[in-house]
Amino acid sequence: MYHWHWGIFLSPTGTGETYLGWLFSGLGLTVALGLVAWLLALVLGAAVGIARTVPNRVVRALAGAYVEVLRNVPLMVQLFTAYFVVPELLPPELGDAVKRMNPVAQQFLCLGLYTSARIAEQVRSGIESLAGHQRSSALALGLTLPQAYRHVLLPLAFRIILPPLSSEFMTVFKNSAVASMIGLLELAAQGRQLVDYTSQPYEAFIAVTALYLALNLSALRVMRFVEAKTRVPGFATAK
Amino acid sequence: MYRFDFSILGGSTIPVLADGMLVTLEITATALAAGMLIGAALAILRGSRWRAAAWLAAAYVNLFRSVPLVMVLLWFFLVVPQLLQSALGLSPSVDVRMASALVAYSLFEAAYFSEIIRAGIASVPEGQMDAARALGMPRLLAMRLIVLPQALRNMAPMVLTQAIVLFQDTALVYVSALADFFGQAYGIGERSGRLVEMLLFAGAVYFAISFSLSLAARRLGQASPAVRGTASAAARG
Repeated sequence: MYHWHWGIFLSPTGTGETYLGWLFSGLGLTVALGLVAWLLALVLGAAVGIARTVPNRVVRALAGAYVEVLRNVPLMVQLFTAYFVVPELLPPELGDAVKRMNPVAQQFLCLGLYTSARIAEQVRSGIESLAGHQRSSALALGLTLPQAYRHVLLPLAFRIILPPLSSEFMTVFKNSAVASMIGLLELAAQGRQLVDYTSQPYEAFIAVTALYLALNLSALRVMRFVEAKTRVPGFATAK
Repeated sequence: MYRFDFSILGGSTIPVLADGMLVTLEITATALAAGMLIGAALAILRGSRWRAAAWLAAAYVNLFRSVPLVMVLLWFFLVVPQLLQSALGLSPSVDVRMASALVAYSLFEAAYFSEIIRAGIASVPEGQMDAARALGMPRLLAMRLIVLPQALRNMAPMVLTQAIVLFQDTALVYVSALADFFGQAYGIGERSGRLVEMLLFAGAVYFAISFSLSLAARRLGQASPAVRGTASAAARG
């Protein structure tokens, strides 16, 4: 029979904390990793997504290659590659610098790049879903191409892609769990560590699952708020 | 500068990698088939008039979609072996990691496929169901013969896209040290000191397969304009 022991979370770990403290430090890392990667992904993804829709062919092709490579290689393989391969391929001084780099920074870069490719696809489809006349009319009115993007195409496109962007926002926290594979002590890894230390696997995993659920609900709330704030009356967003 | 040495890819390692790829494909195929079956059941339950069933199906889908796959895999590697051992009286030495992985991926994917199937069913105009009912077909029969075949065609590109995601996600069985393609490639690289080459090779293989499938998905999206009722069919001539 399994012996339930929920009090385990309050017992000391032997390093001056409680197991609950481990869980919360893991949650903190997951949230931080997700948020920072999200910011990077949003900026890069918007840039690459725009690059996929500009008239210049070379820029479009380069942006396309970026998206395809990052989207078609599993995130875990990318993380391992960043960790084991990239430092070897760089010039020695730079490679050593990467090896000494904080693993959290490396993971966040990796997660950010991976997510940026997915956001780029959404931005591109958002811009393409605006019929060509939006761009043509903007240019005909005398806007330059950058102005047309800034004042006409992007404000519309971002509102259109808000729903898929919202679910991507929730995905980034889930994807951060893959970083536990490289030994980062985020939420999922703390859960595993708890199992090893306490041999109370069910309590540990139930607590971690509940925290992920709570995180997901909060992310959903945030995006609902953004959707409500940015809504333009009479302008329907894609479902 | 790093000196590449791809000679590690040879007669002794290729069969091992191929074995790993078989494990990867077995997980992908099983999770795809089982996930779609369970997903279809969940999608139909969510639309059912029996409130409790609809609520349970929705809870299932939302729970699995909120939790990272890594977490689900850990759960199943913990729980399923114990369940199987107590249910079938297996000795703890029997390796049930593969069974656990198959169950975990199938149940996890089912949540995502149920959403795709729900969207597919919603894309078929309601008039189709109404017409079938008016002709005297029971709901389930109309669902099976009229609505689902059209829905399947509409959702084919999304199903293929999800299959690509699933194929890439199988690399995560690494948590259980199951020897899938990635696990084998990593193991060979680590033992031979050629980790750089093996990781690049693994990445290239994943890329080649996923990219060609995603091209196929794009084609599928363009080639079969969704069957959306008679109006568009007539318009196509």
